Amino acid sequence: MNILAQQLVLGLLIGGLYGLAAAGLSLVFGVLKVLNVAHGELIMLGGYAAFWTVALLGLDPFVSLLLVVPLSLLLGVGLYWGLFGFVVRADEETRIKNSLLIGFGLGLALHALAVLLWTADERSIVTPYGGSIRLAGLSVPIVRLASLLIALALIGGLHLLLARWRWGKAIRATAEDWQAALLTGIDVRRAYLLAFAIGTGLAGAAGTLVSIGYSTSPSIGLEWTLKALIVVVLAGLGSMLGTFVGGLVLGVAEAASAAAFGGPYREVVGLVLFVVVLVVRPRGLFGR
Amino acid sequence: MLEIRDLDAAYGDIRVLSGVTLSVGAGEIVALLGPNGAGKTTLLNSIAGLLRPRAGAVRFEGEDLGALHAHLIVERGLALVPEGRRLFGGMSVEENLELGAFAPRARATKAAGFERVYALFPDLYQRRRQLVRSLSGGQQQMVAVGRALMSNPKLLMLDEPSLGIAPRLVRSIMASLAAINRAGVAVFLVEQNVPAALGLAHRAYVLESGRIAGQGAAADLLRDPHIRRAYLGPLAVRE
Repeated sequence: MNILAQQLVLGLLIGGLYGLAAAGLSLVFGVLKVLNVAHGELIMLGGYAAFWTVALLGLDPFVSLLLVVPLSLLLGVGLYWGLFGFVVRADEETRIKNSLLIGFGLGLALHALAVLLWTADERSIVTPYGGSIRLAGLSVPIVRLASLLIALALIGGLHLLLARWRWGKAIRATAEDWQAALLTGIDVRRAYLLAFAIGTGLAGAAGTLVSIGYSTSPSIGLEWTLKALIVVVLAGLGSMLGTFVGGLVLGVAEAASAAAFGGPYREVVGLVLFVVVLVVRPRGLFGR
Repeated sequence: MLEIRDLDAAYGDIRVLSGVTLSVGAGEIVALLGPNGAGKTTLLNSIAGLLRPRAGAVRFEGEDLGALHAHLIVERGLALVPEGRRLFGGMSVEENLELGAFAPRARATKAAGFERVYALFPDLYQRRRQLVRSLSGGQQQMVAVGRALMSNPKLLMLDEPSLGIAPRLVRSIMASLAAINRAGVAVFLVEQNVPAALGLAHRAYVLESGRIAGQGAAADLLRDPHIRRAYLGPLAVRE
């Protein structure tokens, strides 16, 4: 019983990162109607950026977020100008198809680039503080708990940004109906750019937390894209808090199925959830 | 104020507008009548910048709108209440109105804009915190008109505001358009509800199969036998 509870707690902790990873993908998909399958590679890049920031500058691992997130935002601006800004000129059906092609290409290129620059070795950031706290007889790793709380804070901040900020409202309006947004005087292209940059910034933050609590390597991208995609389908579009909860659900479900059926079944439950949600409730748990 | 000259528009190979020429003067209410598929919505979308015309010119206060993005056309003082209202259903009445004042010129007059809209539609003030999708069709149409007004337009264009709305509310919307016009805003009204449109407008154009098929003062068009037969039904002709 205690072992199961321990597994579920660990599942909950990684679930927060699933939620953070999915939030960026969900924002970009919801606003630009573009599915960026290279989102996992952007997380991977964020992981390396944090790793090298800590290794070269000697920063505290969590403080490296203050550098990695702005860098990721800039990368997002660059990717929008160089690649995805051309995709959004097409009508919506063509957008999805073209973005899949561009995303796969970008993902492969970033993967190869990472192998070239940093080899295929796994890297993880060693924190100067470690250990666990005991909570109701369960052991909770401090670093992963801190990561979960930071992820929650970022999602909360994003929620406020979209609810209160002038351009946050413009981004939500563009997600609902881009032509109506144009007619209210919103520069829709700028809303696209902002949403894409913020999505990439979230990927950078997720990558940092992944390489702190777990590890990063050039090949983690596809796995994280898949997790994020499952959470987006599970939670539905339109609510960042809902996406975060969806991430927690996936993390706990994975842990539960690993405990019930054995380790290999950890990955299966996500795909089962994916199919079940698409059949039973296509708009997702919290989707509009 | 608004001058359209020899406008051609098409979707792919399908030509929708051919050589449309019309104008709306400052302070005027002009109606555009015509059956389904005549190209009325296409004409409005071409003016608002959602669709690039094939040929011809759209000028607003002397400026050619052809090269401007749609959001900059709003900034120039030309607002469109689109067909089907196209509100942001997941947002409150207040948020929808606030987004209407997004353009820089309108931001300066946002507070006055809210006052003006709530004075015109007191119902909306009561419901300002409600999600738009929970409102009735008539209330939603008020939000749509209000959102366009928030941009502080010089010319307000409306695409069939009476569609799917109870007759009593149609009268109230037409009355509010008259009030908006008295405050100095020109109105360009696309309608299939011909009696309501001609009752409000000073002048009107008739669009058929993408061409201007007739024009004149609203009172004259109401007496025109062709208009009566085509748009007011057989009873009106016998009368």
